[in-house]
Amino acid sequence: MSSTVQAPAPAEAGQPPEARAARTPAGSWWRNPWRKPRILETVTWLYLAWSILPVAIAVWFSFNAGRSRSTWQGFSMRWYWGDQALSVWHDPELHRALFHSLRLAAVTTLIAVPIGVAFAIGLDRWRGRLAQGFSFQVLLAFVTPEIILAVALLFLITNLLDFIHLGTVGQVLGLVTFQLSYPVIICRARLLSIGSHYEEAAMDLGASPAQALRRVLLPLLSPAIFASAVLVFADVIDNFVIARYLSSDAATEPMTVKIYNSARAAPTPALNALATLMLLSSLVAVVLGFLVYRRLTRGERRAAGAGAVGDFAGNL
Amino acid sequence: MVAQAARRRRRTGRAGGGVWYPRWFWPAFALPGVLWLAVLFVLPLYTVLSIAFGTIDPLFRNPLPTWNPVQWDTTAVRTVLERTFGDDAYLGPAFLRTFVYVLCASVLCLVIAYPVAYFVARYGGRRKGLFLVLLIAPFWISYMMRLLAWVNLLQTDGWVNRALTATGLAGQPINWLDGRPVTVVLGLVYGYIPYMTLPLFASLDRVDPSLLEASRDLGASRLRTFLRVTLPLSRHAILAGMVIVTLPMFGDYFTNDLLSGSPGTAMLGNLVNDAIGTPGQGTQGAALVVLLMTMLVLPMLYYVRSTARATREGRA
Repeated sequence: MSSTVQAPAPAEAGQPPEARAARTPAGSWWRNPWRKPRILETVTWLYLAWSILPVAIAVWFSFNAGRSRSTWQGFSMRWYWGDQALSVWHDPELHRALFHSLRLAAVTTLIAVPIGVAFAIGLDRWRGRLAQGFSFQVLLAFVTPEIILAVALLFLITNLLDFIHLGTVGQVLGLVTFQLSYPVIICRARLLSIGSHYEEAAMDLGASPAQALRRVLLPLLSPAIFASAVLVFADVIDNFVIARYLSSDAATEPMTVKIYNSARAAPTPALNALATLMLLSSLVAVVLGFLVYRRLTRGERRAAGAGAVGDFAGNL
Repeated sequence: MVAQAARRRRRTGRAGGGVWYPRWFWPAFALPGVLWLAVLFVLPLYTVLSIAFGTIDPLFRNPLPTWNPVQWDTTAVRTVLERTFGDDAYLGPAFLRTFVYVLCASVLCLVIAYPVAYFVARYGGRRKGLFLVLLIAPFWISYMMRLLAWVNLLQTDGWVNRALTATGLAGQPINWLDGRPVTVVLGLVYGYIPYMTLPLFASLDRVDPSLLEASRDLGASRLRTFLRVTLPLSRHAILAGMVIVTLPMFGDYFTNDLLSGSPGTAMLGNLVNDAIGTPGQGTQGAALVVLLMTMLVLPMLYYVRSTARATREGRA
């Protein structure tokens, strides 16, 4: 680095500017092709601090012993279960919101992933204009802003399909529609890299189409199925727009809606505690997902690059 | 022998080419997904059109859809357009504001995300996995939680104001949350920047380092190498990233509600949300959604096409 360069001679007027720059430490540091990218590194660390510290502070204050969300008054679990009236565990509304979020996430995952995986297999193998049209539709659903889909579903349910009730049923139908694209996109990417040779080999050896599918294709597809299930689960926990428009009353409001309703209305750290639990549920899902994913894809990793994290992230 | 080989050749044709499978086999897999999207994606969008071009029940003030396009009534859509672009333009400022905010926020996203993605992709080295985990982390933290964290920090007695008053940068605490455009734009940047960072990283990570070396060997400076090699190679990712952060920003209303709450910073999403929540304005809300869809359909199609192309090229 620059410290190893000899002390610079005072710049002389007659020298060309490049030579002058090369002789000052800052100039030679700048011109050194192997210098470390200090500025970029600083920007990156500042960015990471900016993106993560506010959340870390919010988590920290969920353990505050007092009511403040900016003055630390000692550690306690008061806002999780200690407080008999206001903690997440004892306040019936917060408690209900927590379980409603988890319920929505579980049910949506159970419906969206099987339909999506079958959809992906079907679209991958069924060639022709019609299949192309449906692939296009899946991608379109993927990029449609949530507010458009949510308002549209609300109007559909209130005006046409009024046998569907707003609340849990309506929310699940809406969330599955919004999440369906993830398993389709993730599994199709995997199907493209698997190709059809393994199935052909299985059938050459006498397997029926159904056997080849069940014994060969589905096991090969399992990392993608798993990654998409984790993604859908964590994403539904965090969902706000669809879950709010399609809720019927306070009983079907998930955690995100509770946070939205009370964030500006003088909340207690119990709200931070609720948000922390929400964070925890999606993080647990993702970390478990990553561990299982790494196990499932043992031995097929790219040699270089970011390893399993990169592969897993590439699926997201 | 020859006949056997010919049969073999025929049999090893592409799976799905109709050699082994019944014609209905693969379409049957896609059927549930196709039906789901037909009823809960296509039909809702048509319902919004029918309501936007429909009438209001004179007695109950709820919107009445007109299903037949021949009988569509353009009153609501015309009213919205007049209020946006005509003389009585009280929706106009919100439209303009939305464009300005989204433009500022998405450009800031790009300016911040690019150096970060570039550093992690080129200089991440053995820590690339760690960086990647930290870059992905915000995806698994609910948007509401991240906004709540900033509400805590930006309160009048929050940490931002304490830092400002302690360092003497501000004489007295600033009320950041009373309708300041700066707060809303920074909230949007904070909320959507992960969607920019990851595609940029993925694209820059694929840039072959030997191309950069070749450029330097042939005498190009660092800056020239960046401008002539790296930047063109990441052009598609930049465009895709801009689209993918812009689309949800146009429909965002909760960032505004939590970080400002003032009509002085209301965006398009707020207009839609307010109209949906007000009895008698359902038709107008639907008309706003139709307008939003019309505005966003081109970027949406661009994104879908570029994704499809990238998938084809990446796997070919």
